[in-house]
Amino acid sequence: MQATRTVEISTGLFVLLGFAALFFMVTQITNRDLTVDGASYDVTAQFENIGSLKPGAAVSMAGVTVGRVDSITFDQNVYKAVVKMRIASNFNRIPNDSDAAIMTSGLLGGQYIGITAGGSEEFLKNGDRIELVQDALVLENLINQLVASFMGRRDENNSGGNSGGESGEGAQTKTEEAKQ
Amino acid sequence: MKLLRELTGNAFDFAGTVGGVTLFLGRLLGQIPRALLRPSLIVAQVHNTGALSLVIIMTCALFVGAVLGLLGYDTLLRFGSEDALGTVGALGLVKELGPVVTALLYAGRAGTALASELGLMRATDQLTAMEMMAVDPMRRVVAPRFLGGLIAMPLLTVIFIAIGIFGVQLVGVQNFGVDSASFWSQMRASVELNDVAEGVIKGCVFGFACNLIAVYEGYTAHPTAEGVGRATTRTVVISAVLTLMLDYMITAVML
Repeated sequence: MQATRTVEISTGLFVLLGFAALFFMVTQITNRDLTVDGASYDVTAQFENIGSLKPGAAVSMAGVTVGRVDSITFDQNVYKAVVKMRIASNFNRIPNDSDAAIMTSGLLGGQYIGITAGGSEEFLKNGDRIELVQDALVLENLINQLVASFMGRRDENNSGGNSGGESGEGAQTKTEEAKQ
Repeated sequence: MKLLRELTGNAFDFAGTVGGVTLFLGRLLGQIPRALLRPSLIVAQVHNTGALSLVIIMTCALFVGAVLGLLGYDTLLRFGSEDALGTVGALGLVKELGPVVTALLYAGRAGTALASELGLMRATDQLTAMEMMAVDPMRRVVAPRFLGGLIAMPLLTVIFIAIGIFGVQLVGVQNFGVDSASFWSQMRASVELNDVAEGVIKGCVFGFACNLIAVYEGYTAHPTAEGVGRATTRTVVISAVLTLMLDYMITAVML
């Protein structure tokens, strides 16, 4: 009888250890605990482009996390993304003309919302909308703009000699110049 | 000609084994409801396959995690992003290394024990004796072992992962001085709940495969000393190959 008891106890300890490990994994290494606990209030902001912002992303001021992105929806009337943010109640003195920008943490990091305080005397409260926003930086658009401005400048340089030089011609002259 | 005959013979052998395992599984599943009526037998097997494998699983997890920390740190340092060590370690362990290494160790530690125990029961006519006493050995001996292993394997997997992450942390944070806060926060930011689910699902599937192979090989072993030895060897080999093949399939499906 004593032997069965020992077996039962060690089996029980093994099973408990297993569940403890599972609990550790679910609570400690996943991003489940990123919700704002305790009292909070909601504010919204409308963005043209949210990039890869996801619910659960941080809302930070001066690098300090003050809240989390609660939900992201699409407003069909204005064709913008509506981001609902949940901000902890102890950060209740954020001016209502503050601006919200979608930023990227580091080169490989995820996106978050950075709030920069405005100068208003009135503070954001539950249900308010942040009017001043800055969209996520989309790398493709940035490269397109860069290429476009590059092309434009080169066309300008070449159009001094022959009027209406196309970009193909421009490239050719450039290589000839390089040869000489 | 002889080669051809050998090849076709091997092919038929293989088909026969697959068919045998499938039929065996059918009989086993049929006995499971009645085996569940005697939970004390299952608890004893959870103890045999799980609790007794705990030491080897935990030791190996610590070292696998430590190696992952060492190599991960060395590689990430070249890109100046050693803070991502938490992400690398946790995802590597949760999704891949945890379930696979646990299954391989499990096949070596518990699978062989199951196969040789059943094989020896067969060789010493204990299974036949049970049949003579109108006790179905499938229900009394095989099903509890299978179920016990089925419970133990996912638990061993999550324990392996947790200890492995501790090992990564030990080398990365304690030894190399990766910032502890960014280690954990980057890990949390990138590991989703369904990554953990993938690890647990893999643990369950591998547990199913390894235990099925072990009890099948043991139950159908030739009743000789050599037969038991061969059954034990086959258990490890087939379990390992099957685990890695299933791993590829599950990863492809869940990616």
